[in-house]
Amino acid sequence: MTQTTLPPVEKTQPVSAPGGTTSDRSKSERKLGWLLAGPALLVMLLVTAYPIAQAVYDSLFDFRLTDPDNRSFTGLSNYAVILSDWLWWRSLLVTGFITLVTVAVELVLGFALAMVMAKALSTIRPVLRAAILIPYAVITVVSAFAWQFAFDIQTGFVNSWFGWLPGIGEDTDWFGGTWTSLLVICLAEIWKTTPFISLLLLAGLAQVPEVLQEAAKVDGATWWQRMRKVTLPNMKAAIMVALLFRTLDAFRVFDSIFIMTGGANATESVSFLAYRQTISRLEIGLGSAVSVLLFLAVVFIAMSFIKGFKVDLSQSRGEG
Amino acid sequence: MSTKEKAWWGVAGVAIVLYALFPIAWIVSLSFKAPSALNNGDFLPGTPTWENYSLILTGGASDLFLPALRNSFGICLIATAISCLLAMFAAYAIARLDFPGKKFILGTALAVAIFPVISIVTPLFNLWRNIGLYDTWPGLIIPYLSLTLPISIWTMSAFFREIPWEMEQAAQVDGATTWQAFRKVIVPLAAPGVFTTAIIAFFIAWNDFVYGISLTSTEAARPVPAALGLFSGASQFEDPTGAIAAAAVIVTIPVVVLVLLFQRRIVAGLTNGAVKG
Repeated sequence: MTQTTLPPVEKTQPVSAPGGTTSDRSKSERKLGWLLAGPALLVMLLVTAYPIAQAVYDSLFDFRLTDPDNRSFTGLSNYAVILSDWLWWRSLLVTGFITLVTVAVELVLGFALAMVMAKALSTIRPVLRAAILIPYAVITVVSAFAWQFAFDIQTGFVNSWFGWLPGIGEDTDWFGGTWTSLLVICLAEIWKTTPFISLLLLAGLAQVPEVLQEAAKVDGATWWQRMRKVTLPNMKAAIMVALLFRTLDAFRVFDSIFIMTGGANATESVSFLAYRQTISRLEIGLGSAVSVLLFLAVVFIAMSFIKGFKVDLSQSRGEG
Repeated sequence: MSTKEKAWWGVAGVAIVLYALFPIAWIVSLSFKAPSALNNGDFLPGTPTWENYSLILTGGASDLFLPALRNSFGICLIATAISCLLAMFAAYAIARLDFPGKKFILGTALAVAIFPVISIVTPLFNLWRNIGLYDTWPGLIIPYLSLTLPISIWTMSAFFREIPWEMEQAAQVDGATTWQAFRKVIVPLAAPGVFTTAIIAFFIAWNDFVYGISLTSTEAARPVPAALGLFSGASQFEDPTGAIAAAAVIVTIPVVVLVLLFQRRIVAGLTNGAVKG
């Protein structure tokens, strides 16, 4: 991959143990490395690899907590039940819709925010930075409530403020239909997570070498040409990392849906379906199968990003 | 930049601040509305009242809200502390030592970070019930590590990589003991990175809803977001909107304070970990 971005920072030299041969030193360093990093690795594997393995196992059984004695091995039939049910495909479509809409809007909006922050005078930059961090740091549930109450037919101000728009009136019930509910859910998600994307893009912008910009300017390139030929190609790594993280994050959408609609009016996401099967209906077998399918979907998305768009995460992390 | 251009960027800056603060202003305004004013369709509360705050802090809803607040603080702080401690050792090894498996550890952290949380909930729900961790603090602290540990490892190793470690040897050459060199040179250089990582990890734990709602059932361990999510169904309120808004404002105060105090570091931590090399 040809890159015009600055090379990663040179790693500091490893500790040199006094005396001893090179192989001795590297051996003890290797041991120390695993000793220090091992516990963290072990904990990470324990809290994720073990549960997902358990979920795969559980998904092969017909197992209901309300009827624990009748647990029976049923092979892949849970998967057959789910994959032949419209509910699963609908929740997958809803999740895909929310992911596509929010990530697309966030990328454009986040880029605009990053441009403004990059150009802002150094005196107001801290103000902008603090302001933009607030949506990032606010609890998703709080953000979901704020947006829900704003659009709510009883408590909201949106209907009275925007009553002059066609289609909006005092009695517009935003949470009464699928599309309007999804619109408000997307708005809340976009508000909350755009700052994260814009901060990543801002960091990417800062890595575009100023010399290239100046050279293009001297050569008479317009703003749009410089954007397309200089800025964007140099930010490719940052854009891809931001896209990958936000896509996977958006695909797990749960909190806003739980708060705003509770899955009513066909607004259920895949995460919500898994939650409902397991926690509300106590169908451990079916719930596990949904969880495994969700996990596979996430792996699939991550893989297609990494292979398809050639996102080199190790390089962008300076581990190349 | 011409004056006109400057003015435009200024306008854009004001738009950003409005964008970021508007929903927060709305929930604050809502929290000061009297029950009679809740449904009037206005943005501002009219005659502000503390009624909603007294309801959740001393009144009928306080036995729901206060334990949740205590749980949230306790569980999030412990989870943050554990993951920072583990990440500190791992990040030191990643930044400073040369050993195979470095990439594997960072790769694992990445995989854990993108893991769908709900996939962990289903098996844990069953397991926790069997071994008695359901609805307890440890029952949430352990899964919270899956949220906080990966980001801590990344962020901290990105910070540690920028530390000029040679300074430690330089200090030793100048006659400092190993311990002195570590304490006087390395600790002050590493502390900001550790601190920033702790803030980011705390935000993430504080934000959790899925674990909180799935793995608890009473005030014994239920954190604030989950308690808020269930407020709506509670029958003891006529209309929970005002109480929810007030509780939302209270749990937002800590994060806003952290953001205002440490915004520069938080931005550095978020972007160092993900983009910068």
